[in-house]
Amino acid sequence: MSFSKQIKNYHWDDIRLSIYSKDAGDVKRALSKSRLDLEDFKALISPAAEPFLEQMALKSQQLTLQRFGKTQQFYIPLYLSNMCSNICTYCGFSMHNAIRRTTLDMQQIEDECLAIKKMGFEHILLVTGESERKVGVEYFKQALPVIKKHFSHITIEVQPLERHEYEVLIDYGVDSVLVYQETYNPVTYAQHHLKGKKSDFIYRLDTHDRLGQAGIHKMGLGCLIGLEEWRTDCFYVAAHLSYLEKKYWQSRYTISFPRLRPCEGGMEIKSEMNDKQLVQLICAYRLFNPEVELSLSTRESEHFRNHVLPLGITTLSAGSSTQPGGYAQQAEKALEQFEISDDRSPAQMAELVKAQGYEVVWKDWDHSLTAK
Amino acid sequence: MMLFNEMVDNDQLVIADKTFTSRLFTGTGKFNDQQTMVDALRASQSELVTMALKRVDMQHKDDDILAPLIKNGLNLLPNTSGARNAKEAVFAAQLAREALQTNWVKLEIHPDPKYLLPDPIETLKAAETLANDGFVVLPYVHADPVLCKHLESAGCAAVMPLGAPIGSNKGLKTLEFLEIIIEQANLPVIVDAGIGSPSHAALAMEMGADAVLVNTAMAVAGNPVAMSEAFAKAVQAGRQAYLSGLAGQVNHAVASSPLTAFLEAG
Repeated sequence: MSFSKQIKNYHWDDIRLSIYSKDAGDVKRALSKSRLDLEDFKALISPAAEPFLEQMALKSQQLTLQRFGKTQQFYIPLYLSNMCSNICTYCGFSMHNAIRRTTLDMQQIEDECLAIKKMGFEHILLVTGESERKVGVEYFKQALPVIKKHFSHITIEVQPLERHEYEVLIDYGVDSVLVYQETYNPVTYAQHHLKGKKSDFIYRLDTHDRLGQAGIHKMGLGCLIGLEEWRTDCFYVAAHLSYLEKKYWQSRYTISFPRLRPCEGGMEIKSEMNDKQLVQLICAYRLFNPEVELSLSTRESEHFRNHVLPLGITTLSAGSSTQPGGYAQQAEKALEQFEISDDRSPAQMAELVKAQGYEVVWKDWDHSLTAK
Repeated sequence: MMLFNEMVDNDQLVIADKTFTSRLFTGTGKFNDQQTMVDALRASQSELVTMALKRVDMQHKDDDILAPLIKNGLNLLPNTSGARNAKEAVFAAQLAREALQTNWVKLEIHPDPKYLLPDPIETLKAAETLANDGFVVLPYVHADPVLCKHLESAGCAAVMPLGAPIGSNKGLKTLEFLEIIIEQANLPVIVDAGIGSPSHAALAMEMGADAVLVNTAMAVAGNPVAMSEAFAKAVQAGRQAYLSGLAGQVNHAVASSPLTAFLEAG
């Protein structure tokens, strides 16, 4: 059994109709329960829940405090490469975009690590485009030892891999892996992933199963909001999470909710989500699952991040650069995957978090826990 | 959309190769005579009944316990009560399979004769062995969510966590942990042991348990037959309530919008 089989129980149009037919009674019931199911989640992301936003926020805040305390974890992305062999309509790294392509060599990685360490980070997210030849497992086997020296927790966001490849990377120090499905609608998926290995919907969909089998400590999931009708897509994220938690019960989970932003591709956004709706979604995820980590990136604006931070978020990036070599080299601004909206420095961001009464958690893991 | 009545009517429990309409499982112990046992089991509408292998004379199909069960078409669930470790339990299960022609077994290992508490380590060992040997294994265990996940991986067909010590009639003392087990399980969860009254059984079903197993509370009731019928109704009511979507407790309303007001500004 894998999620690609499980997903057959959910028909896109039925799910969408069901979400849009939820009423205030369904929302109230969901708000009053302590253990929510997928029907409750549908109610909370439905239009019927919009008048209940403040109650959702209050409960979301309480649940988050109860589970995580007054803390916010900080991480920073390190873009290792923008080489990519996929054509994806929404992504700045897409193969057909005429941008300068770089893959950092070991010396450049070391320089980036040193620059990042100066900012105080212990948790790093390694990002690449999807190019098996240029940034495959062999590249990581070289790069990870360089990076591991500097950081306590390593997350990767790279192309989906085989189970045995994940096992190798875990041995080399990878603690967690993020793989976003982008959209759970196979038709829409095909429209946006035109070429490359990424066009295989099913292979990507079963990545978390492979990760679970490989024994990863933490995995991240989510969809790219805007590609499809966001309420329905996010239902699938919740269903995927439920499935994974039951099956790979020894892993931890984290969800991200990137909204499409303008990038090199310049495509049209099918389903726009406003700020209010993003708050609704964050609170719905939290009410549905009090244990899942919710991560907010610098794609969102300063104003929005300031206010949404206490409503369910547990993990923040700060000071991010989405171009390879962006920290040490101050490279030209033509290589980005997407535009950053919140360009405050990590120190500024930490000040804000502290001012809101939260502790900044820079380190929450240790390699000794995963030492072989 | 399916009508609710239809949903209730079609609501069946599948474990391994068998389908059950009744979600009340029963046992044969502690009844004061054979006729009462038969009448009570009939009143319970139960389709699966457990009996201790040690109590059955397997050489004779006209055994006091066995004969009426077979005659009434009940599915038999032999249990390994009396086994103190994995080795003894595996041996008992093999014996039962041969004698009763069923590969179903309720795995009970309690080295402690006083409270009859299940041994998690020996139970997991025996479960692995028996599942590999083709048994439909239903282990009786503490309400331990991690153990239940390990039993799932071991190939069990269901898990049977306890509500309270067996025979204690104390109800769902392990409620918090039962909730976690039910939430996480990919297998049917049968709440076993400790259910002392129909309201306990209803509560377990409302929480989403797939079935309950009740024995002592029926067998030693003032009127075991009437009590068995009461349990049958309670299990049905609890299940129906679960399927209907229970209303939760009401929270206080919020007057102002301190957390989300920022969305309105600017």
